[in-house]
Amino acid sequence: MKELSLNILDIVENSIKSGAKNINLEIEEDNEKDFLIITVKDDGKGMDNEFVRIIFDPFTTTSTNKKVGLGLPLLRESAENCGGGIEIQSEKGKGTIVVVKFKHSHIDRPPMGDLASTILTIIATNPEINFLYVHKVNEKVFKLSTKEIREIVGDMAALRDVTILKWLGDYVRENIKTLYGGEENGKN
Amino acid sequence: MEKIKSIEELRKLREHARESLKVRSGEAKVKIMVSMGTVGIAAGARDTLMAIISELEKRQFHDAQIVERGSLGLDKEEPVVAVERDNKTIFYGKVTAEMARKIVAQHVINGQIVSEWVIAKE
Ligand SMILES: Nc1ncnc2c1ncn2[C@@H]1O[C@H](COP(=O)(O)OP(=O)(O)O)[C@@H](O)[C@H]1O
Ligand SMILES: [Mg+2]
Repeated sequence: MKELSLNILDIVENSIKSGAKNINLEIEEDNEKDFLIITVKDDGKGMDNEFVRIIFDPFTTTSTNKKVGLGLPLLRESAENCGGGIEIQSEKGKGTIVVVKFKHSHIDRPPMGDLASTILTIIATNPEINFLYVHKVNEKVFKLSTKEIREIVGDMAALRDVTILKWLGDYVRENIKTLYGGEENGKN
Repeated sequence: MEKIKSIEELRKLREHARESLKVRSGEAKVKIMVSMGTVGIAAGARDTLMAIISELEKRQFHDAQIVERGSLGLDKEEPVVAVERDNKTIFYGKVTAEMARKIVAQHVINGQIVSEWVIAKE
C-alpha cells in the first residue's frame, strides 16, 4: 500500500468482517522517541492460537471467494523493513488486538496519507459500529467516537446522511491537520 | 480564516438531517456498495467512495444508502461499485473517482445505467 492510512483501513476491514460491534483505533506518533504505533482493537469473533500462528502466511484466509489473504503479510513486511514489527493477540469469541510499529523517521516508512478519508470510509460504510479513533502526535491528541456522535445527531440513520458525513469528513480533516501542526497529513 | 469546526455544530446539522430523513420513508431508494477488500483498497476503492459521498452531497441527494460489501472475487475489476435501484443490481468495474461521480449523477439519481462500464447484473 502506498499510504499507512490504507493499511489502517485494511486492518479495520478485518475487524468489520469479524463481526465486531466495537472497534478502537489508536495511532500514537512520537518524534522524539521516534515511533509510530497503530493499534486496532475489536470485539469480533477472534481466532484461536493455531490460527494466529499461521496468520502471516499469504495462504491464510477465511475468505470464500479467493485463495490468498495478503493484507497482514504485506503489512508485516513493511513494518519490519522500517525498524518495527507487528503483533497480534486474539481470543476466540472475545476479540483481536493488532499492534503495528514503525520507526517514525525511517526513510522507507510509507507516509500516513489521507487518514481523514480512511476514517470517513469506516464510518460511512458501518454507521452502526461503535468506532473510537484516538490519535496522539507528540503532546497533541484528537479523539472521535461515533457513539458520542450518534448521541448528538439522535439516531443511526443520521450517520447515513451525506450532509452529516461531509461535515464529519471536514471535521476530521481539520483536526488531523492541527495535530500535524497545520501541515497536510500526506507529508507526514 | 474559518473557525475550527466544533462538534456542537452537529446539533444544528441534525435538524437538517431530520427533515431529509422524514422524506425518506423506510428503505432508501438506492443502495450503493463499494467493495473494501485488500485488493479493492489498494486499487483505490477509498477514493472512489469519497467521490460518491461528495457527489451525493453536492447534488443534495438523500435517498441513497451506502452499504458495505465484501469483495466479489473480481480482483481484476477492483474498485467494484454496485448500484441497487428499481429491483436491479448493476456492477461497475475499475471505477475511478471520476467515473463514480458520473455513476452517481446518471444512474443513482436519474436511473440511467452507464452501460459502457457495466461488468455484471443481478
Ligand atoms: N480482527 C480480526 N478478527 C478475526 N479474524 C481476523 C482478524 N484479522 C484477520 N483475521 C483472519 O486472518 C485472515 C487473514 O487476514 P488478511 O491477511 O487480512 O487476509 P484477508 O482479510 O484477505 O483474508 C482473515 O481471513 C481472517 O480469518
Ligand atoms: Mg484483510
